[in-house]
Amino acid sequence: MKVLWFAWLRTRVGTATEEVALPEGVDTVAKLLDWLATRSPGHAQALSQRAVVRVAVNQSYATADQPVHAGDEVAIFPPVTGG
Amino acid sequence: MAIRVQREDFDVGTELARLTEKRTDIGALTSFVGLVRDFGTPGGGGMTLEHYPGMTEKELVAVEREALGRWELSATLIIHRYGRLEPGERIVLCAAASPHRAAAFEACHFLIDWLKTRAPFWKLEDTAQGQKWVEARAEDETAAKRWRTGP
Repeated sequence: MKVLWFAWLRTRVGTATEEVALPEGVDTVAKLLDWLATRSPGHAQALSQRAVVRVAVNQSYATADQPVHAGDEVAIFPPVTGG
Repeated sequence: MAIRVQREDFDVGTELARLTEKRTDIGALTSFVGLVRDFGTPGGGGMTLEHYPGMTEKELVAVEREALGRWELSATLIIHRYGRLEPGERIVLCAAASPHRAAAFEACHFLIDWLKTRAPFWKLEDTAQGQKWVEARAEDETAAKRWRTGP
């Protein structure tokens, strides 16, 4: 799975893109965030406030209970501030 | 119907003229231009706009499609810039053309409100304390909610 980080989440995690192998049982957006938070202190810090974390699976907004699969592109970012 | 995501500036007059060129069915054309404001930061301020290539385009197309489903529109255009932007520079252009002005006004307002809460852009502003990620504003969410239909 390809995981993309944007804006201040990217700066906390320390990378814009990472390739991860999903462990058994990590099959929803919520479980993915829980698991990613264990990867490093930076990840944990980035994901500590879930209310300000938005997730897109394959470039579409996703809900916490949405399923995720090995080949997905998952982007994690704060609320958008364009316009 | 068109969207563009680009680093370069755009010419508002040229873009609007192109939108109605050779058309005789358009009675009203409205546009919104968003600009970088100077908040009095020493050194001039400015910002860097980051976005999510691929999803940005998808979301902007979805915003246009939503507008087309709600109003009688002859043409729409969204141009959004990314990268380094200085105070006074244009950030975004939304335009809506319709046979009637009410549809054009409302659709243009909708385009900018809807994209502000959906299109994956993030502003990194220069401040006196260094660079700072802009936080999403509750007012933007409220503005977008106004356009939500149904219960």
